[in-house]
Amino acid sequence: MSKAVLVDVTKCYGCGACTVACKLWNGKKYDDAKKPTVGEKAQLTDINWTVVSKHQVPDASGKTVWRFAKKQCLHCEEPACASSCLVGALRKTEEGPVVYYPDLCVGCRYCMIACPFGIPKYEWDKSFPEVSKCQMCSSRLAKNEVPACVSVCPNGVMKFGDSDQILKDARATIASDKRYIKHIYGEKEAGGTAWMYISDQPFEKLAFKTAVKNQSLPEYTWKIINKIPAALVVWGGILTGVYMITNRRNAVKSSKNNENKGGKS
Amino acid sequence: MIRINSNITFRMTGFRKLLMLFSGIFFVLVLYRFAVGLSITNLSDAWPWGLWTVIDVKLGIALAAGGFTTAGIYYILGIKKIESVVKPALLTAWLGYCMVALGLLVDLGRWYGFWHPIVSWGHHSVMFELYMCVLLYTVVLTAEFAPIFFDGIGFKRTAKFFVGLTGFLVIAGIVLSTMHQSSLGSMYVLMAGRLDQLWWTMALPILYFSSAVAVGPAVVTCESALSGKTYKHEWDNEAMPFLAKWSGYVLSFYFVVRIIDLIVRGQLGRLFTTFDAQTFMCLLELVIGSVLPLFFFWSYNLSGKFMDKKMTVRNAIFIILGVVLNRTNVVITGMWKSAGTGYFPSTQEILITIGLTSFGILVYLFIAENFGVFTPHGAEDEDSSVRSGVGASRVPSA
Repeated sequence: MSKAVLVDVTKCYGCGACTVACKLWNGKKYDDAKKPTVGEKAQLTDINWTVVSKHQVPDASGKTVWRFAKKQCLHCEEPACASSCLVGALRKTEEGPVVYYPDLCVGCRYCMIACPFGIPKYEWDKSFPEVSKCQMCSSRLAKNEVPACVSVCPNGVMKFGDSDQILKDARATIASDKRYIKHIYGEKEAGGTAWMYISDQPFEKLAFKTAVKNQSLPEYTWKIINKIPAALVVWGGILTGVYMITNRRNAVKSSKNNENKGGKS
Repeated sequence: MIRINSNITFRMTGFRKLLMLFSGIFFVLVLYRFAVGLSITNLSDAWPWGLWTVIDVKLGIALAAGGFTTAGIYYILGIKKIESVVKPALLTAWLGYCMVALGLLVDLGRWYGFWHPIVSWGHHSVMFELYMCVLLYTVVLTAEFAPIFFDGIGFKRTAKFFVGLTGFLVIAGIVLSTMHQSSLGSMYVLMAGRLDQLWWTMALPILYFSSAVAVGPAVVTCESALSGKTYKHEWDNEAMPFLAKWSGYVLSFYFVVRIIDLIVRGQLGRLFTTFDAQTFMCLLELVIGSVLPLFFFWSYNLSGKFMDKKMTVRNAIFIILGVVLNRTNVVITGMWKSAGTGYFPSTQEILITIGLTSFGILVYLFIAENFGVFTPHGAEDEDSSVRSGVGASRVPSA
């Protein structure tokens, strides 16, 4: 059964415990000066698989308040990154995570361009860089444990469970409380993702990418790729046909020429 | 003059010394880059692809399209009057693909794993299709070029063997080229929502393929004009006007599809109502690459006037510039807004691109001067049935 996580933005108060747990579990370095994990300048990077970004937004009464958004890979149901990879170094697992296999990767970086959320990052300062992104703690999931970030959250911001149940919970929550905007980010984006968000603020104000299409992106290219075998046969056939006609015409022409020559001599 | 033996020589000029200097810098920089990684570039998480992708890969492949188009026109359609350009076109294509392969290797973060796609298939990936086609097509081009090479070094029988494969090789080459030229466009179909609407369309594969078929002969035309100066061979008054017509008709098709696509997706109006970097670059691309060459082409074509050398070369240059602009726009201009930050290549990136190109030109000159690539057109030489293997006037029947 595919797993999912629901993030309730209204509950997060930005302690950053999740980012620490992520670094510890995945053995990623800290660089608070250049690559902070919490705050207004927090950005996903090669060493930051998850961050908590801070945003100043007006609340219902018009007063400026803080909101915190935990960001990481959304683990699409049909990931553009996995479909783009020419060696299958990114794969969607049955449990939900989109996992990276560095031994296969050749470093073309198509996945980074392909991801509609701009998630995969690169180890630009290494000689033999890897693509770097959240793996949804796939090794923990395999042992029936929750992801490291989810396990340490002191305020229960994230709810982990079966994806059907998580979506039902999300719908129930936004229906029962009128503070929430009526949009579950990740329900439809890029054809649906394993991480979903509910919020009392419009998602673009929390720096979520809202231009993302609601369709699965690999479907676009698959429409083209699945026509290739047929096109190959038809096109090859046409070319061979024309080539044979041209050859025949040349043969006729040259035999006529020979006859003429033969007649003269 | 560098003399390797009595047959193989290389003339030295100031320009060639400059090319050698750039090639030298290229190889030193590449070794350095292989050791330290991509930190010498200005690429970033926002711009994972930059100058190298545009020039070394996308443009390299598009501009090398002269190989399969001229081979197709000559062998498949049987248009004999373009004979003089077939061999030079194949040489450019073969070299072009070798340079693309080298450029791609430099661009790969984990370059030593370049062979992985052969054993680990990502069959859902356009990039996989592209990789396989480019790999196979380079092999095909090498085999197509083999007669010239083996003949040049005196292996007549081997040369004859490869001449016998011509029909199969040409057809395989066209099919493979069709697939990967269009794939270069399909690659950006996945960027729905990220690539600017002026360029994102499901028709990208058709647009990329048709523009490659138009630009291939245009490159061959410019190449012929340049090499004519260097090697004192005459402007082919049969072949060149034919290629100009070919490019003109194919470009007309491209332009019609491009405009209809913009209208259908409601983007044409935006070109004239909003003014920003994207609309400006798109207009520039359309005017230089399509409107101007098509205007000249059709005004000559309809009035039945003969396109002279100057005219033909000028039109070819417009078409080439148009493709350069188009590919740059897709990779850079169209992705600018979604990237969020700007990008300008680093000095090392630029030097590597210049060096790679310089090296390609040097190899071209060396082969052209030593392997009888330019056979004078019109002069039918009975003895040269093997020598003109790839440009053979008689198509070998199986």
